[in-house]
Amino acid sequence: MNSLNHEAPIYEDAFGIGWLDFNLSNVLMMFVASLIVFILGVAATRNMKRYPKGYQNFMEWLIDFIKGIIGSNMDWRTGRLFLPLGLTLFAYIFVANMLGVVTNGVVGHTLWWKSPTADPGITLTLATLVVVLSHYYGVKLRGGKEYAKGFVRPLPFLLPFKIIEEFSNTLTLGLRLYGNIYAGEILLSLLVGLATTGVGGFLGATVPMVAWMGFSTFIGFIQAFIFVMLTMVYMSHKVSEDH
Amino acid sequence: MQGFAANLVLGAEGGLLIGDMIVQLVFFLGLLALLGKFAWGPLMKMMKDREDYVANEINTAEKSREEAHRMQREASDELKATRQDAQKIIEDARKTAGEQERDILDSARAEAERLKESARQEIEQEKEKAVQALKDQVAGMSVMIASKVIEKELSEKDQEALINQYIDEAGEKR
Repeated sequence: MNSLNHEAPIYEDAFGIGWLDFNLSNVLMMFVASLIVFILGVAATRNMKRYPKGYQNFMEWLIDFIKGIIGSNMDWRTGRLFLPLGLTLFAYIFVANMLGVVTNGVVGHTLWWKSPTADPGITLTLATLVVVLSHYYGVKLRGGKEYAKGFVRPLPFLLPFKIIEEFSNTLTLGLRLYGNIYAGEILLSLLVGLATTGVGGFLGATVPMVAWMGFSTFIGFIQAFIFVMLTMVYMSHKVSEDH
Repeated sequence: MQGFAANLVLGAEGGLLIGDMIVQLVFFLGLLALLGKFAWGPLMKMMKDREDYVANEINTAEKSREEAHRMQREASDELKATRQDAQKIIEDARKTAGEQERDILDSARAEAERLKESARQEIEQEKEKAVQALKDQVAGMSVMIASKVIEKELSEKDQEALINQYIDEAGEKR
């Protein structure tokens, strides 16, 4: 029962503030994920040529991919604004998901290396950020009046549902990502636990483990895609004139 | 298995830490800003540049194609004109050559005529000269003969015969 018995390196009451607790493993992994994304992004855009080749091609494919997601939700004139957000979200979430698939690192009894997205607090933070941004851009691009009217369209009695929807959107967006990645990690740790029980266990665990790692990679990609897709859906609800 | 459930719950409990959330927010916004500045910005600018470049190139190509078309048309027009000119020049040359040929022939003919004429005159003169010379000689010889004859003594018989002869001749003539 591997990682499940491991503790999180929690640092409580930081700076003497009672409610300020850190999971240092999360902080480390967020930092690692951000660093990897940053290095990949910057490495891709050094030495850019008008005739792209190799890595630059890949990044341009990624941009076109995110453009496609945005384009399927809103027209490109307003959607252009969200391209950097979509790209960063996708890259960050995908890299974060992959970090836990590649390996889980345990030092002593403390789980240090894992997906930062296997933590509900972190995914909910991202989801909240997205929803708050959608409200911000809704007000910015359409004006306060149009933004407010959006809550009573098409019928006024939908107002409470619309308000509830904002919170449920946030929750589902964050928890969907968390649930998928966390479940993947649990199954991986169970398989690792099985593999450490003995020769038979090792042999028995190898095949499902490889299969599950492949599947987790797929899930990691799909979840990053879904997160960005839903981000753009919520954005378009707030910034598009017609829906 | 109970440990399982306990840990699952524990994991969930450990999730909602305010500190993590703040760190995540700061990291993500920082990442967004940095990538926007160092990665996406230049990359999108490059893609935009390329789009512009391609559009520009297409425009230019379209323009040069039209230009080439126009020039080709001009060239073919020019070629046609040149061909006509050449035709005309050849025609002219042929005509001039014909005229010249005729001139040369005419002048040659005239020259020949002139030469022939002068030759004839020369012959005529020579002939006259020869006749004149012959006449002179004959006259000289006649005088000489006459003087010889006169010198010779005329016998009475001969004189008589001569006189008779003259008389006869004179009589016959009249």
